[in-house]
Amino acid sequence: MSVAPARLVELYRQMLRIRSLQERIEAEYHLDEMKTPVHLCIGQEAVAVGVCAALRPDDYIMSNHRGHGHYLAKGGDLRALVAELFCRSTGCSQGRGGSMHLVDARVGHLGSSSIVGGGIPLATGLGLACRMQGLDRVSVTFFGDGAADEGVLYESLNLAMLKKLPVIYVLENNQYSVCSPVASRQAGGSVFHGLEPQRLLSAKVDGNQVEEVLAAAEQAVARARSGEGPSFIECLTYRMRGHAGAGSDAHLGYRPEGEIARWERRDPVVNLAERLLAAGLLDRATMAAMEEVIAAELDEAFAFAKASPLPGAEELALHLFSE
Amino acid sequence: MPWTKIRAELDEPDYGHAGDGGGRRLDYAAAIREALDQALSLDPRVFVMGQGVDDPAGMFGATRDLHLKYGRERVFDTPLAETALTGVAAGAAMGGLRPVYFHNRPDFLFLAMDQLVNHAAKWSYMFAGAVKVPLVLWACIGRGWGSAAQHSQALQGIFFHVPGLKLAMPSTAFDAKGLMLAAIADDNPVLIIEHRLNFRQKGLTPERPYTVPLGKGAVRRAGDDVTIVGISQMANEAYLAAEELARQGIQAEVLDPRSLRPLDEDLILDSLAKTGRLVVADSAWKTGGVSAEIAALAAEKGLDLLKAPVRRVSCPDLPTPAGYTLERAYYPGAAQIVAAVLELLRP
Repeated sequence: MSVAPARLVELYRQMLRIRSLQERIEAEYHLDEMKTPVHLCIGQEAVAVGVCAALRPDDYIMSNHRGHGHYLAKGGDLRALVAELFCRSTGCSQGRGGSMHLVDARVGHLGSSSIVGGGIPLATGLGLACRMQGLDRVSVTFFGDGAADEGVLYESLNLAMLKKLPVIYVLENNQYSVCSPVASRQAGGSVFHGLEPQRLLSAKVDGNQVEEVLAAAEQAVARARSGEGPSFIECLTYRMRGHAGAGSDAHLGYRPEGEIARWERRDPVVNLAERLLAAGLLDRATMAAMEEVIAAELDEAFAFAKASPLPGAEELALHLFSE
Repeated sequence: MPWTKIRAELDEPDYGHAGDGGGRRLDYAAAIREALDQALSLDPRVFVMGQGVDDPAGMFGATRDLHLKYGRERVFDTPLAETALTGVAAGAAMGGLRPVYFHNRPDFLFLAMDQLVNHAAKWSYMFAGAVKVPLVLWACIGRGWGSAAQHSQALQGIFFHVPGLKLAMPSTAFDAKGLMLAAIADDNPVLIIEHRLNFRQKGLTPERPYTVPLGKGAVRRAGDDVTIVGISQMANEAYLAAEELARQGIQAEVLDPRSLRPLDEDLILDSLAKTGRLVVADSAWKTGGVSAEIAALAAEKGLDLLKAPVRRVSCPDLPTPAGYTLERAYYPGAAQIVAAVLELLRP
């Protein structure tokens, strides 16, 4: 492991925190108090954490509908996220966004689009803004393999390559767009691998190994900060749950026999825990204490959300325009 | 394209809105260019982008040679990728800049709909004001000389429908400059839809930087008998119609809303209180569009003021034909507005 031990433990803690939040949402979703369609990122935690660990708080990210992990990994406020799931006034979008539209501008998270691929050009524009203002910030867009079907990715990458913008395109290839497998939609995967590196640095990494993701992200960030241009990182991962909602969708039968079990053996959180234990970087007592702290934090955030006021009708028309 | 043959250059009437302009007459495109020049000079956050903004034609003259003064970092050509580039402009706005993105024809805005409608127009509301999108988009309606169905569409009705998007449609050089500066200063996405025929005008335009507030319309001509609301280039046709009507003893009040969102409803309702009759003249299709919305405004908020049904003058619900005989039949103008008024007053 090339990542310093303390740092790796911290990455694990962040992944575990994201996983724990997802599982808490799953556990409570049937109560129908979170009246918003959730898109869980269980199985994809290493991508968000690995990429955001390479970023500074003032770097930008543009997220998507499956964005709980990106939000927490970038340092977004947990209470405001949970309150948004409960559509409360204290939510990060004051009950206007729901699960798919998280934001925390204080930490460079400028929003999330649920139009597939919608955040890609916005992140490109943020990169342009960094360049034009002479800032050494970078801009990251997280998108799935479904968004890689969209033409806007080509358009955006072309501009980023043309102007050598400090933008990092993170493709989270979780194998499915709703129920459609990548192979039924793309002729042999993404076309953005294999370009000359001076035009576009591309990498294909195991998205379930946080160290691999982090290493690719650090290289991309360094390249972007020094004005050398954009990078394209494909993280191979797996959506362990259904497209939307809580729980497994294995009963739908669109996934090949044994596929879920195969990927469960590669669970990024469980795997890292085992490796940390084996390497003696973490013991079971410390791990349990970590889980306890996270559980308490979640208890507090859920209690805060449930106790928070719901927006009233008098707030309906606020914020249509910024003043 | 010999636009000179479509319409001779003409001086705008002095509508009295130029104030202390000192009588300087400026070419319509030069007025827009001056607004951009001043904005670029006064605010380092402003930049101009779009396919061809730095070419010799310079967007009908509106951006000509600005790149020579401000460099291609701030005035730059773009790939022909309207979807992404609209998002790039919006993202740059979120990142603290003030982009002005020139789209040439509104027809190409259909390629930008996702980023404009799904993203830029919703970002403030969807995130409760956490992120602003101070973005200006600009497009110019083509008309005449066989522009045909995909280079002439007046699409204000479609964009008028979108909450979160401000919409301006100037018809004078004074307003073209002032609305551009107002749009750049605004913290929200603003779409400016120009009309190619307006570019044949010269109007009284002060040299100093000034803004025309979005949401404030103008009375182009006062009258007591009928209110004519003219949108974009049709405001100029309405003025010509009013002059003809005056020769026939009818005093028409001509209103130019100048911006559609926000719409100066009071201007229209106050005028209706005086005249009781309304003709709406729009440069676009009739069904579900701007003229329908203004007619609905009169019905909902001014029914007791109306002495007669509302009349609308607009393009027929058809794609634009290329051939000039068909084009002539397609486009309404002052004559159709006069006829509509006469129908109301002398049924």
